[in-house]
Amino acid sequence: MSEYMIIDGIKAEINGEKNILELARKVGIEIPAFCYDPELSIYGACRMCMFEDERGRLDAACSCKPRDGMVIKTNTAKLRKYRKMILELLLANHCRDCTTCHMSGKCRLQEFAYKFNIEGIRFPNNACQISSDSSSNSIIRAPGKCILCGKCVRMCNEVQSVGAIDYAFRGSKMKIATAFDGDIANSPCVGCGQCAAVCPTGAIVIRDDADLVWKALGDDNVEVSVQIAPAVRVGLGTEFGFNEGENVMGKLVTALKEMGFDKVYDTNIGADLTIMEESNELIHRIKKGGKLPMFTSCCPAWIRFAEDKYPDLLDNISTCKSPMQMLAATVKALYKGEKKHVHVAIMPCSAKKDEAKREKFNGDVDFVLSTQEVVRMIREHGIHFAQLQESLPDVPFKEYTGAGVIFGASGGVMEAALRTAVETITGEKLGSVEFKEVRGMEGVKEAEYNVKDLKVKVAVVSGLKNARDICDKVRAGEADYQFIEIMSCPGGCVNGGGQPFVDAFTRSAMDYKGLRAKGLYNTDANMSNRKSHDNMSVSYLYDNYFGEVGGHKAHELLHTHYEPKKKN
Amino acid sequence: MSTFDYTVLDNAIEQFGNKESSLISILQSAQEHYRYLPKEVFPYLAEKLGISEAKIYGVATFYENFSLEQKGKYVIKVCDGTACHVRHSVPILEALRKELGLSEEKKTTDDLMFTVETVACLGACSSAPAITLNNEIYPTMTPESAVALIKSLKENA
Repeated sequence: MSEYMIIDGIKAEINGEKNILELARKVGIEIPAFCYDPELSIYGACRMCMFEDERGRLDAACSCKPRDGMVIKTNTAKLRKYRKMILELLLANHCRDCTTCHMSGKCRLQEFAYKFNIEGIRFPNNACQISSDSSSNSIIRAPGKCILCGKCVRMCNEVQSVGAIDYAFRGSKMKIATAFDGDIANSPCVGCGQCAAVCPTGAIVIRDDADLVWKALGDDNVEVSVQIAPAVRVGLGTEFGFNEGENVMGKLVTALKEMGFDKVYDTNIGADLTIMEESNELIHRIKKGGKLPMFTSCCPAWIRFAEDKYPDLLDNISTCKSPMQMLAATVKALYKGEKKHVHVAIMPCSAKKDEAKREKFNGDVDFVLSTQEVVRMIREHGIHFAQLQESLPDVPFKEYTGAGVIFGASGGVMEAALRTAVETITGEKLGSVEFKEVRGMEGVKEAEYNVKDLKVKVAVVSGLKNARDICDKVRAGEADYQFIEIMSCPGGCVNGGGQPFVDAFTRSAMDYKGLRAKGLYNTDANMSNRKSHDNMSVSYLYDNYFGEVGGHKAHELLHTHYEPKKKN
Repeated sequence: MSTFDYTVLDNAIEQFGNKESSLISILQSAQEHYRYLPKEVFPYLAEKLGISEAKIYGVATFYENFSLEQKGKYVIKVCDGTACHVRHSVPILEALRKELGLSEEKKTTDDLMFTVETVACLGACSSAPAITLNNEIYPTMTPESAVALIKSLKENA
């Protein structure tokens, strides 16, 4: 027999919802909340989601399980009074410089202050005097805007197991802090930006480098080229009225040209290059008895994580540079113009900002812009994005394959590598190029393939807690994989910290990651070339420039090495 | 850092177990030995117990009992619970601070001899106003007897 409860007079069938908040959402009632996120543990701190039962008792909807026969109301005089008081108290401790805040228009506190008609705050406020931490290349922390909902802490610890930040001190002195309240740059932070992706206010935001790029664009003596990562094209559309996951690459290229970029390239060709080198490296390691399992190296937050926490496994990581760095190195090396050349990369990622600044990459990428920044720049430039014509990227870095485009989803690098590695090993054309076992938004995926006389066991992992678990297994000698793909952000780059902000309601109501990934897989399915080694531009580059795959020149430009993080 | 002796921590880990839930007990042992929590404790325990440094910092700053600042050889706690307060504990505190050049913010003398702090209740209300010197109770104090105690400690030092 079905179980029901009554929420605001609506009969709601209980189907294993973990709390009343989720059940209410299903029947179309939005209970306000700051500290609740479906992917994180329940914290119950903000008290905004309180409901009232028949006897006038209050409880929090996020931490209360639905029970058969329960009758509750979510909007009563008592609750409105409490919610307004909570908001007033939060606002009293909040730096309210909304007009100059990056989260303006997307801030939950701002939204609720408006919705609940907060007209004045009776308490003195000095939150704006609390200084911000801009030490990181990836994120900016503004503790004066923190409402202590703890989402960042839970994300950093539970999902990412990085542990850069935590709650410190107590009572009115409580705050979110690194160890010894030091700069975030000196903490174990890997720059994944997932904290910013869940922060309901502007207390953690992605660093903005748009002004530096505008400056280069406005300088007639500078040639500005740009590359666009796969996940960006399926993440940006919603900001301009497109459906989640719709591929808007063509319009984005036009927009960038209008903004003054001289050359627009596609990171996908960098991804194809990565596959050529990486699959070659994998085959080499398997056949010559090199270090296995081999980990992918595309994700800079994962690299930081490994350098800090798994220095003993660094030799297991592919020496391939990430697609961004590979393409940038190639673009810079092939540039023959007279003008100063600035290369920009548009990434779904905040950790890429840090990667670009690594010394060994010689500043090949001058600036990294997140998807968020590009959205803002398009608006700033006054472009009607939806009405734009579509255009193609510039030669010689425009041709790509379906293998390159799926890099943006968890499992994409693995699938792309398998397409090339299997054909290389067997010397035969694949019947189907789709390796569906490694697709999907699950945090851990495994598969085993028989390739000629070789057994290839692979794992695909997203989210650094899952990465930690698999690294522990590898360290203990309990893992018999040959190849492991690791992406720091759950679901891969489509869910990168630099993608447009997705509010907590949407996060629980819609599979936005899956839709973005689907956008990439659809693009792949519609392409005639779906394997990196079929990319003519890539063959051209090897024939005329790099020489053979894995050769000397390729190594010089396309490979790197890793160093354990120095501990102070 | 290389000269730091981790024996105290190793012993505590041995005694209480190499697990997250032992953290507070281990920190207490460290605090008891050093009279505060030296910075070296944090990365070491983080590594050993598999807890982030930020979390250990959070625990250490949550509880009033843990101190991140070095304390004096003599730690004096002036009780300011209700019973002591009404029997004039505040003048005792003020006299001690004046004698040692300390304040609410500056709790420890520069020569690391004395630390003066307040405590909510020592549970020695019958001896109010009371203070403790390195956990030993001194009953029915006056500002004068407190200053005399400091002077005798200084002379014997």
